[in-house]
Amino acid sequence: MPPLVELEDVYKIYYMGDSEVHALDGITLTINRGEFVAIIGKSGSGKSTCMNIIGCLDVATSGSYRLNGKDISNYTDDELAEVRNKMLGFIFQQYNLLPKLTLLDNVALPLLYAGVGDNEQKERAMRSLERVGLSDKAKNLPTQLSGGQQQRASIARALAGNPSVILADEPTGALDSKTGREVMEFLRELHEEGNTIVLITHDNSIAAQAERVVRITDGKIVYDGPAEGDELVSKQDKAGAV
Amino acid sequence: MGIGKCFKMAMATIWSSKVRSFLTMLGIIIGIAAVIILVSLMGGLTQQLTDMFAEIGTNTIQVSITPRNGKKVDPDEFYKFAEDNKNLVSDVSPYVTVTGTLKCGTENETGSVNGVSESFDKMKMMNVEQGRFIQYSDIASKSKTCVIGTYQEEKFFGKGQAVGKKLKLNGVPLTVVGVFEQKEDSSSVSGDDAVYIPYTTAIKLGKSSVVTVYTVNAVDEEHVEAASSAIKQFLNKKMGDEKYYMVISMKEMIDQMSTMMNSMQTVLVCIAGISLLVGGIGIMNIMLVSVTERTREIGIRKSLGAKQKNIMMQFVIEAGTVSCIGGVIGIILGALVAVGAGKLLLNTTITPSVTSIIVAFSVSVAIGIGFGYLPAKKAAQLNPIDALRYD
Repeated sequence: MPPLVELEDVYKIYYMGDSEVHALDGITLTINRGEFVAIIGKSGSGKSTCMNIIGCLDVATSGSYRLNGKDISNYTDDELAEVRNKMLGFIFQQYNLLPKLTLLDNVALPLLYAGVGDNEQKERAMRSLERVGLSDKAKNLPTQLSGGQQQRASIARALAGNPSVILADEPTGALDSKTGREVMEFLRELHEEGNTIVLITHDNSIAAQAERVVRITDGKIVYDGPAEGDELVSKQDKAGAV
Repeated sequence: MGIGKCFKMAMATIWSSKVRSFLTMLGIIIGIAAVIILVSLMGGLTQQLTDMFAEIGTNTIQVSITPRNGKKVDPDEFYKFAEDNKNLVSDVSPYVTVTGTLKCGTENETGSVNGVSESFDKMKMMNVEQGRFIQYSDIASKSKTCVIGTYQEEKFFGKGQAVGKKLKLNGVPLTVVGVFEQKEDSSSVSGDDAVYIPYTTAIKLGKSSVVTVYTVNAVDEEHVEAASSAIKQFLNKKMGDEKYYMVISMKEMIDQMSTMMNSMQTVLVCIAGISLLVGGIGIMNIMLVSVTERTREIGIRKSLGAKQKNIMMQFVIEAGTVSCIGGVIGIILGALVAVGAGKLLLNTTITPSVTSIIVAFSVSVAIGIGFGYLPAKKAAQLNPIDALRYD
């Protein structure tokens, strides 16, 4: 079976007037099924660009990207939408729930775009909400929930489509440390169940909870290995504060 | 994602910003209502005028002559022409108008009295209810008699009291020999406001000794045109130049009137159409604002797998729904106003035509889809990354 994510010599170059900005400067990265990877870097390091490309929200300037063995470097907008829908689940820092939809409808959105029938949508969305312990809030609007609950709802949405990869972009960034820990705990549980999780963070203590750390600086990978091997990450107490 | 789901989504969005949606619809509501009102009222007016003309008689041909250099057409000559063309012309009546004051006792009124022949009642399908109409002997003897409508009857004499009494025209007493059947409400300028006298008497009482107007009836509607051209031929021979006479049939007049009403209607509907166009632009404007406002929502939807056509459909159907609802409200409002105005202004019951309703509805759907397309396309083509970052 091919690796799940294979980036090969990926460049992302922005042109600003005469100057070129290399947001990604030749990244080669392979992620296998069942891994829990943290991509860590300072703001402006290129980690978000990297996650956007892995998440098919953006396309590389050059280089190839194979997802589950398929080269998707040249996919159209709509083809990428389908890939996102079928294979990827997103967890955003700002939760990104639609404020006018109930939790159930929010969680059912990926299924709606996948063309799943009405009843099945509801059923699967409900199961997903049960999974994160929010089934009693299914009819509530996101604004009626706490930040932690909203993030759990967005995790439920990410899980609803049964994706191959769960991409979490600073999932604890907007949460206090206690709820942040709960969310991380939940991601670890998901990993233990066999899900592939890619976590993007600038926080060493968060990265410390992954098994593998990829550190990006100035668009290049400067470290790729077990969390314990990274100088900065290994200093963090794994069970410690977020 | 089906249209039904999009529609439900659109309704939810419209409902969540009621005031804005209503204001957006207002342009369409006013435009559609204006079109419905104008089309219905013009239709009602045309119908009313057509009925009025039809009552005068669609077989009727009006002839007017401008005498000059001693060239004229005497009643006897015209009667002879009618006799010669029996297969086309059924009846002829000279038509001589005398204006002046009608007086009886202390009541008086300025008006006009028409001198006609003994066959005029038949030609115009008028029924005399009390007494009799003018007879040939009245014509021959230039008798001072008159037949009046119920308006004059009620004004001067009281109901059922007129026959046998005298009515003065410019001081000349005329004996009332008959009263017409009531046609309308016996008011002034209605079908019940009429005074007829023998045309020979009218010639004598009037200023001119020449008859310049004739009313002719064709044998039936199919022969109106043939009769018209026969009359024209006859007059051309008598008068020499077509400048000096005019022959116009009621049918032609109705046709002319319909043509005029139709072009008037077209102009009015075009003006109303401008407000529809403005309404459409309003929808486009709001949808563009809505796309900008909901950029983040679009980004989220796209990140979850919405394709361009999904986003496109969402916005087009939203715009279509707004203008559809506006259209339906406009149709209802327009129909109510048209019926009300018809009752008040035209005194008839107007039924807005089904065609105009169907057209109005289709136009409003088309406006929504047409003007929603551009903003929808803009939304669909947003880059998910930029859309997600948008605040």
